[in-house]
Amino acid sequence: MPGTLTLIVLLPLLGFLLNGVLATQLGGNRVGKRFVTTVGCGLPLLSFALVLSAFGQLQSAPGAPLLEVAYRWALIGNSAFEIAFYFDRLTAVMALIVTGVGSVIHIYSVGYMAHDKSVGRFFAYLNLFLFFMLLLVLGRSLLVLFVGWEGVGLASYLLIGFWFDDLANARAGKKAFITNRIGDAGFLLGMFLLYTALGTLDMDRINAAFALTGGAAPAVSASLVGILLFIGATGKSAQIPLHVWLPDAMAGPTPVSALIHAATMVTAGVYLVARLSGVYQHASEASAVIAAVGVATAFFAATVALVQNDIKKVLAYSTVSQLGFMFLALGVGAYGVAIFHVMTHAFFKACLFLGAGSVIHALGGEQDLRKMGGLARRIPVTFVTFAVATAAIAGIPPLAGFFSKDEILWYAFASERGGSPLLWLVAAATALMTAFYMTRLLWLAFMGTSRMSAEVEHQVHESPASMTAVLALLAGLSTVGGFIAVPHFLEALLPLPATQEHLHAYETPLLVVSVVLAVAGAAAAAWLFGGDPARLRALGLRFAGPHRWLAGKYFIDELYEKVLARPLVWVSEAVFLRLFDRRLIDGALDGLATLGQRCGGWLARLQSGQLHAYAGLVLVGLVGALLWSWRHA
Amino acid sequence: MDKTSLLLGLAIALFVLGLLGVIVRRNVLVMLMCMELMLNGVNLSLVTFSQQSGDTAGAVLVFLVFVVATVEIALAIPIVLLLVRDKRTLDLAAYGDLKG
Repeated sequence: MPGTLTLIVLLPLLGFLLNGVLATQLGGNRVGKRFVTTVGCGLPLLSFALVLSAFGQLQSAPGAPLLEVAYRWALIGNSAFEIAFYFDRLTAVMALIVTGVGSVIHIYSVGYMAHDKSVGRFFAYLNLFLFFMLLLVLGRSLLVLFVGWEGVGLASYLLIGFWFDDLANARAGKKAFITNRIGDAGFLLGMFLLYTALGTLDMDRINAAFALTGGAAPAVSASLVGILLFIGATGKSAQIPLHVWLPDAMAGPTPVSALIHAATMVTAGVYLVARLSGVYQHASEASAVIAAVGVATAFFAATVALVQNDIKKVLAYSTVSQLGFMFLALGVGAYGVAIFHVMTHAFFKACLFLGAGSVIHALGGEQDLRKMGGLARRIPVTFVTFAVATAAIAGIPPLAGFFSKDEILWYAFASERGGSPLLWLVAAATALMTAFYMTRLLWLAFMGTSRMSAEVEHQVHESPASMTAVLALLAGLSTVGGFIAVPHFLEALLPLPATQEHLHAYETPLLVVSVVLAVAGAAAAAWLFGGDPARLRALGLRFAGPHRWLAGKYFIDELYEKVLARPLVWVSEAVFLRLFDRRLIDGALDGLATLGQRCGGWLARLQSGQLHAYAGLVLVGLVGALLWSWRHA
Repeated sequence: MDKTSLLLGLAIALFVLGLLGVIVRRNVLVMLMCMELMLNGVNLSLVTFSQQSGDTAGAVLVFLVFVVATVEIALAIPIVLLLVRDKRTLDLAAYGDLKG
C-alpha cells in the first residue's frame, strides 16, 4: 500500500491512464462524457484531499517534514537514486496551490470544453500535467524534480497544440518546447556540478551542505550553480531572454493557459529557486542576476502588455511581468514573499484567465479586444469576478495582490541582500503599468459601447454554472488570499532577509505610494479609455513610434529569427545536411557501392567463356603458388 | 641421377606436357587426353613417393584417381559428342556461349 504522498502523485497518473486509454481514439472512445469528467475532476480532487490530510500531519508534528521513499531507481557506488517524496511547508503551499487551483480549473473545463470532440484527450493531458507537476513539487531529489520539470514541459507542449489541426497552434507548441530545451541545458549542467561536488541530488542535503560550509562548499561555487539552475528557471518561468514562448503558448485552450501558463507550471522556476534557497543565500552574484533579470522582465513585459489587443496576449504578458516580480523577490532574498506572490498570483491570474475564457466562450471564440465592449450587463458574473481579480492584480487594498506585491516592493527597496531604491523604482513603475493595462483590458472588454458584430452580439450568453461557480470561488480567494500569511508560515524554512535599519522610516510612505500608484494607474486607464475616443487617437499619433515598438513586442521574435533561427537553419542546411549528411555519409556509402560495382564489372570480363583463358589463369596461379612456396621454403 | 629423381622428373614432364596441351590445343578430345596425361603424371609421382617412403597409402590413392578419371572420361566423352552433334566442330572456341 503506497503512502499518502505517493498516492497524491499517482492519482492524476491513474486519471491520465483511464481517460487516455478509454476515452480517446486509442481505446475507441469506449466511455461517455460523464465518465471522462468524473475521472478527470474526481482524481485531482482526491489528490487535493490527500494533500490536505498530509498538511494536517505536517502541522501536528511541527518541524519534521514528511518523507516517503517510493522506489529505488538505481544504486551507483555509494549514492542511491531514489524516487522519494518530501513534504515540508514549502511543498505544502505549492502542492495546495497545484491541486487546489488545478482541481477547480478541471471543473471549469467541464463546461468550457463541453462541445469539443476530444474532451477525453483533453482531460487525460490535464491529469498528466498534474501528475508531473506534483512530481516536480513533491520530489526530494533534483532528479525527480527534473523528471517532473520535463514532464510538465511535455504536457504543456501537448496542450498548447491541443487543436493541432491549426498549424499555428502546433508551431506554438514546438516553440515552447524548444525554448525550454535551451534552459534545460543550463539546469542539467547545474545538476551535474552539484552532483560532482556533493555526491547527492537530494535538495534538503544540498541546502544543508551549503549551510555547513558557509558558502565554501567543496569545490563548487554557489553562484555558478545558482546561475546555471537559474538558466533553467528562465526557460520554464519565461524570463528574459527565454520569455518568447509564453505569449505564443496562449494558442492552447483557455483553461490550459490558466492552469499551466499562469498558475502552476510557470512558477516552477520560482519554486526551484526557493527550494534551493540554501544555495542562493550564499550566491550573492547569482541573486543579483536574478533580481536584475526579474525586474527587467517585469518592466519589459508590462510595457508590451500596455498595447496588446488580444485579451489572452495581455494576460500572457501580465503573467511574464508578475513572474518577473517573483524573481525580483527571490533575487533580494525574500523567498517566502516570492512564494506568497506565487499563491496570490495563482488565485487572481487563474480567475482572470478563466474570466477571459468565459468572455471568449460567450463571444463564440472572439479574442480581439477591439471587437468587444459593453459586456458588463450581458455577462454580469464574469464581469464582477473579472473586476475583482483586476483590482487584485492592480494592487488595490485589501485584495490579495496588494499584500504580496507590496511586500516584494518593500524588500526590493530595503533588503540587506541586494535591495536598492533603483529596483524599487523600476518595480513601482511596473506596478503602475500593471494597474493601467489591467484596467484598460477591463474597460475595453466590459465597459463602453459594444463593438461586436450583430451576429456575435445576438448569441452572447453567460457561461454555465460550473464555470461561474469556479470564477466566484477564485474571485473570493483573490479577495481574502492576502490575509494568509505565507511568508510568516514559511519563515522557519525560508527566513526573510534583514532590512536596512535606516530605511525603516520609509515603510509607511512607500505603502501609501504603492496604493496611490495602483489607483492612479487604474484611473488613468479609465480616463483614457472611458472618455473621448479622440483623446486616445491623439495620443496614439503623438507616440506612434513607441507604440509600434510595443505592439511589435520590441521585435524580439524577429530578432531571434534573424540572429539565431536563420543562421541555425543555414548551418543545419548547408553544413549538417548538405556537407555532412549528403556529401560525407551518403557520399561515402554511395562511393563504396560504386567501387563494388566497378570492380565487379571489371572482374566479370574475366569470365569470357574461353576455356583456354581459364586454363591459362590456372597456370598463372600454379606458377605463382610454386614460386611463393619456393621463396618461403 | 638416381632412380627416384628420374621418375619424379618424368612425372613433372608428363604433367607439364599435359598442362601445355590443355592450354595450347583447341581440339576438345585432345584436351581431354592431355588432362589424362596430367593425371598420370600425378599418379606416377604418388607411386614414386609411396615406394620411397615404404608406405602403401600413396599407391592406394592412385587406384582412387584411376576410378575418378574413368568416371570423368565416361561422362566427358558423351558431353563432347552431344556438343559436336550440335555445332559440327571440335574447336573449343565455338563454345564460348556456354559461359551462361
